[in-house]
Amino acid sequence: MTDSILSVRDLAVEFDTFGGVVKAVRNVSFDLTAGQTLAIVGESGCGKSVTVQSLMGLIPMPPGRITHGRALFKDQDLLSTGARGIRGRHMGMIFQDPMTSLNPTMRIGDQIAETLVVHKQYSRKHAKDEAVSLLARTHIPEPGRRANQYPFEFSGGMLQRAMIAQALACEPAILIADEPTTALDVTIQAQILELMKTLQHDNGMSIILITHDLAVVARMADQVAVMYAGEIVETGSVEDIFYQPAHPYNQGLQQAMTSNHEPDRVLSPIPGSPPDLFSPPKGCGYCKRCPHAMSVCAEHPPYLTAVDASSHQSRCWLHHELAPVHNNPVRRP
Amino acid sequence: MMALTNVSKFFPMGRGKQLHAVEDVSLSIGKEQVVGLVGESGSGKSTLGRMIVGLHSRDQGDISYDGELLPTRFRTQDHLRYARRLQMIFQDPYASLNPRMTIYDILSESLRLQGRTDAAAVTGAVTEWLKTVGLHPDHMTRYPHEFSGGQRQRIGIARALMIQPDFVVCDEPISALDVSVQAQIINLLSELKASMGLTLLFIAHDLSMVRYISDRMAVMYLGKIVEEGPANEVFFNPQHPYTQLLIASNPEPDPAAERSRTVVPIRGEVSSPVNPGPGCRFADRCPNVTTQCALPPPEVIVSEGHRASCHLLN
Repeated sequence: MTDSILSVRDLAVEFDTFGGVVKAVRNVSFDLTAGQTLAIVGESGCGKSVTVQSLMGLIPMPPGRITHGRALFKDQDLLSTGARGIRGRHMGMIFQDPMTSLNPTMRIGDQIAETLVVHKQYSRKHAKDEAVSLLARTHIPEPGRRANQYPFEFSGGMLQRAMIAQALACEPAILIADEPTTALDVTIQAQILELMKTLQHDNGMSIILITHDLAVVARMADQVAVMYAGEIVETGSVEDIFYQPAHPYNQGLQQAMTSNHEPDRVLSPIPGSPPDLFSPPKGCGYCKRCPHAMSVCAEHPPYLTAVDASSHQSRCWLHHELAPVHNNPVRRP
Repeated sequence: MMALTNVSKFFPMGRGKQLHAVEDVSLSIGKEQVVGLVGESGSGKSTLGRMIVGLHSRDQGDISYDGELLPTRFRTQDHLRYARRLQMIFQDPYASLNPRMTIYDILSESLRLQGRTDAAAVTGAVTEWLKTVGLHPDHMTRYPHEFSGGQRQRIGIARALMIQPDFVVCDEPISALDVSVQAQIINLLSELKASMGLTLLFIAHDLSMVRYISDRMAVMYLGKIVEEGPANEVFFNPQHPYTQLLIASNPEPDPAAERSRTVVPIRGEVSSPVNPGPGCRFADRCPNVTTQCALPPPEVIVSEGHRASCHLLN
């Protein structure tokens, strides 16, 4: 892809724990297109947060270990030690819980200004003025007064705005948002999502959005990567993922959700629970829960297969030419 | 079956201040109905649920259950007496199970408190219920930490339903769970509701799920019910400005629908529930606010069984 701004290849991350080695992320590859939003979606423990934390150098090592992979941003590998200057400057990150992600002993304005002093060598005064205008851009009322307050004086929605202001301080090319609205009420979620869209439109930045909420994905994403048990099992445009789901896990997710078009459709849940990542299954991670599992699935890991001529890919043996054909439920747009 | 009349709960905040958690709420729940209660955090929906099962005392109003007035403040013997019929399923399956008790102890405790001491019968009931909620009977010797969130929520459901209650308050039973597991729990609750003839008060902030499981839906804002009616009607034909904006803010898992929709988020944030004025609680954020909104809003019957509290509908 020519306009890919970030290209991750074969990323693998492990953690040493008392119970043994957890293979949290395996063979993860994706491309982020400039100016677009890539949503990485999956259930808790599927490795979506670990994937972006490794890009930002936030994996505690030890016990964590990046065993394999490259992440190229402007010809520089983010996983190598020389990439410190990129993070914070060209890549910003916002986290799920704004209460615990900001320093409770520093004024909000100073925390934002610190980023500018470190990365752009602004003077303290200049940085503080800039912080106030960033708070104004994220629609915080009375930004001048608010900049001198501490995190406990802010509500959850306002803290999330302040964190966005901090992440955007250096006008990064990439914003990583790890469950940015999970802790917020639906009306505040709508405010934050609209703010992210507006800022993306104005700055032309790319967003990696980590979430488990498919409704948020539908609202925000251009491209989607569905993760399960440490691997990307399906990737494609947001329309492909919702209207032409190819992997049985994604098909299961689509049937497990309520729909406003068919208010009375009975939900069909996915039986069972995700596999234990201490000893990932030999074959496909989903085969124990899969309604179409074949004997090959338990023995051999499937590989990402192109589903159609576009970027839509799925990691499943059913796409093999010898596999039986199943009639899949398809949702209409 | 369950009738709340002008129920209020105030928490004292010191220096003469009072937090009006629930104020003047009336709601009736028919036998074998599911009533969904939605609202943002701090709207008082959990406080209301806890008052019904006696975990909070109430300051004003009456709650009557099968024609019998429930005590304002539950004493130990009231809990023992009503626990047989009123039960609660809690939000956080990690915090609501005692980590030092085995699953057998957790599930059998309610039976023992009700005087069922025959060991074989109790073990039989525990085995039966573990199977009903989709767990293995061997699991009864394990401790809560050995289970996943979805499994713990099943244990919480088994604990609440073991003694065959008629009325269950489900306080955000699926919020802590993953999407694929949410549908499992929702379907389990629907099946048990049908087979046991349960009446449910289903508290949640996920509007789509509430619409799906409920017969009726009530929307709370800052301690008041602003709209109440048949679930599909409230969801697809909301009348109160808050309900309209709440439903417009709720994204759908459908990219085409999302692309064609412009969201105008509600401005501002929920104001303080401490010593609120007499007027409409939503007035400071309402896009259609008028001068009369400083007066208490009237309750308007929109259609049969569908009411909303707003001056604009008058």
